[in-house]
Amino acid sequence: MSDISLSLAEIVGENYVSNEEEEAYFYARDPGLMPAHKPDYVIVPKTAEEIQKIVRLANKEKIPIVPIGAGMALTGLSIPLKGGIVIDMKRMNKIIQVNEKARYVIVEGGTSHGVLKAYLEKNYPRLRHSVPDSPATATIAANVMIHGQGRLTQQYGFNSDMVTGLEIVLPSGEICKIGSCSISPEWFSKGAPLPDLSGLFLGWFGATGIITKVAIKLYPGKKMRDVEIFITDKEGLVPDIIYEITHTEMVEDINIFAQPLPLIFKDNHHITIFITGDTDEELEFKRKMIWDALDGFIKSKDGGFMSVPPVMKPTLLDMPQKSVSRFADVKKGGGFEYSGPIILVERYPECSRKVMELGSKYDLAYSAMARIIGRGHCMMFGFAFTFNRADPDMMDRVRKALHEVSDYALSVGGVFWKATVDEQRLAIKRMDPNTRNLMHMIKNNLDPNGIMNPGNWEVT
Amino acid sequence: MKYEEIVHRCFRCGYCKFTGDYSDFNCPSYRKFFFESYAPGGRMWLIRAWLNDEIKNSERFQEILFSCATCANCVEHCVFTFSDDLVNIFIAAREEMVNKGIIPPAVRDYLKNINISGNPYKEPADERGKWADGTPIQIYAGQEYLFYIGCVGSYDERAKKIARAVGNILIQAGVSIGILGNREICDGNEIKTLGEMGLFQSLSEQNTALFKELGIKKIITLDPHAFNAFKQDYPGLDGEIEIYHYTQTLAPLIQSKKIPLKEYEATITYHDPCYLGRHNGEYEAPRKILESIPGVELIEMDQNRENAFCCGGGGGNFFTDILGGGDDSPSRIRIRQALNTGAQIIAVACPQCAKMLDDAVKIEELEDKLEVLDVAEIVNRALA
Repeated sequence: MSDISLSLAEIVGENYVSNEEEEAYFYARDPGLMPAHKPDYVIVPKTAEEIQKIVRLANKEKIPIVPIGAGMALTGLSIPLKGGIVIDMKRMNKIIQVNEKARYVIVEGGTSHGVLKAYLEKNYPRLRHSVPDSPATATIAANVMIHGQGRLTQQYGFNSDMVTGLEIVLPSGEICKIGSCSISPEWFSKGAPLPDLSGLFLGWFGATGIITKVAIKLYPGKKMRDVEIFITDKEGLVPDIIYEITHTEMVEDINIFAQPLPLIFKDNHHITIFITGDTDEELEFKRKMIWDALDGFIKSKDGGFMSVPPVMKPTLLDMPQKSVSRFADVKKGGGFEYSGPIILVERYPECSRKVMELGSKYDLAYSAMARIIGRGHCMMFGFAFTFNRADPDMMDRVRKALHEVSDYALSVGGVFWKATVDEQRLAIKRMDPNTRNLMHMIKNNLDPNGIMNPGNWEVT
Repeated sequence: MKYEEIVHRCFRCGYCKFTGDYSDFNCPSYRKFFFESYAPGGRMWLIRAWLNDEIKNSERFQEILFSCATCANCVEHCVFTFSDDLVNIFIAAREEMVNKGIIPPAVRDYLKNINISGNPYKEPADERGKWADGTPIQIYAGQEYLFYIGCVGSYDERAKKIARAVGNILIQAGVSIGILGNREICDGNEIKTLGEMGLFQSLSEQNTALFKELGIKKIITLDPHAFNAFKQDYPGLDGEIEIYHYTQTLAPLIQSKKIPLKEYEATITYHDPCYLGRHNGEYEAPRKILESIPGVELIEMDQNRENAFCCGGGGGNFFTDILGGGDDSPSRIRIRQALNTGAQIIAVACPQCAKMLDDAVKIEELEDKLEVLDVAEIVNRALA
């Protein structure tokens, strides 16, 4: 064992440190298309105190550290671009506290969405959180770190907007509490009425600190859920349809998908509308409000509700939707990647045409998938391409298509979500210079040795 | 390698690691090691890397491959259409390693012992039937059922008690059974899971020939592992011969009160053996037996049936102990899950599980709180 290995083993125990080729291979890559970079060490700590010691060691030795949750961002955010120590957070998976009446939960930094969902369903069936459609292993901390979205995003915004407190290990190794928990035992607000310091960490992909605890808002969990699909073959009408649906304020979530295969989906835009209720009457009332709101489109024969087959409903109502992962095997190849810029809903028509164009240009199986954020304030538009991991040419074509998406997204006013390193560079280049300078000051002051997930958000 | 055309299709999404409701990680080797490389997705990606010569067959790689308990939790929860083949893929990789002669020493020794002695304990074959000495159980001579014991039930002291308990009940219930005694040989289930296909084929052919020679039409197995081998992996055997796990024979006899039982007050939780449950879909027979005992309160662990957490003994780990040791060894985790139910007894229906969990209770120093008993041992206590 090297000196660093021994030092790390002293911190977490030798069973939870590896500098073996097998872990180096696995943690060098994620399921997406980014180039592999091997870590020198992988470590699986159990406590925030252990992370403090790891960070202090890394600072002393000037070794990069990269935290990883489930590593499901697909855009390479947990790939150690400059080697160093990958810190796998998933042993820190405790649910620390649920405040039922104040509707928030505090969890450790490696707790997965799946575990929290199961815990709430069993112990607090009247509470829920915003479950993303990434696999159930995705961690809550990593999801808010990338400004993820979930099933409640149409109602309450990005999942990171639902954060009510953070515990961070700073690059110096100190533990810092963010929000009301910094002066109170309660974790009910990440900022207001104090200065909101959460922005120093959320969206930074671990480049400014490691989340060891996170509190998020919980919301009323209704007894029933249902789903309706409104279809139109006129992409130009989608923004207007979304505007009418969101005006009702009756909806849990709105997703849109459009894809050429299977053929039953071809040429149509499927606006998937989720509703909840505690009674049949409540569900029926909401359903009627939504139908009434879209009546004009139905009368003009511009769209209509499809009958959702009983076999399709469980797939749609699944949380998280496993079918999202299954998209990876459309080409029997175990891969998909998407670029999901955050963009105005009014851009839906051109985005949906663009994904079709790219699918055709590069001969790729594709899917357009959008999730409405807030009451139509913006959307995540996913340009998704599936690929066969055993077909290098297909993988290369997907890379090229995604590269075009990056340029395209900026050209139509979009902002990258969970940006790849290349997209981060593009964003930094285009950014207002004073904003760029502020980011530079923040990063350099927090992480003067540049050890935190280096390569990401490197503002020079 | 067999299944080579599938290996690249894993997205490593991780559903395979969980229970169905996501309440906990349920892959025993991942729970112990906690590196992604020890989860099913990690194995898939590393097997591909190995086949592509990107990594070598190192000691670490061997540990990663051979610590899989073949419990099939991943098969149950993987979201892809190739899910049924996940354990087969891991076994196929082991087969490649066995064929190249680069495997962990503990696996090599286990396979050698079977090859030389016919059992993993290096015990003489003529002592195989000694567990039945002093019981009314006879050598097979045309009885209705062959009662097949397997290596663990034949030689392990803890498991022998279970073999006697099952034999005793079957005899008392008037079931016509006979054993092979010294003619019994290993069923080969673990040999197959460890990837020694030549030896497995040889055992399969020898056993099948013996069953035919003796005119056996029905088999009751003590061990779910043997049950699995005969039912799933012996070509053409299931169909020619009726194959039952002993709980499947006992359940209807007890439910119809052909085996009269007295009051036995106990709070019991039942641990599903992977090779009876997930591999063969039998979840109810053991529960029906326990529920039929007057005074028994059956409490389920959160991880039960399709979501049961493996004891860590499957896939040869019972013998090689690659997955054992430490606070997070699967058997100790399982014992803690059982303790959380408040049960006094954790019931099993597999001699390997019984031994694994017995040892875990001792290490956890819970002997005064939790007793590990086979379903048959519990029934014996309740016999009228």
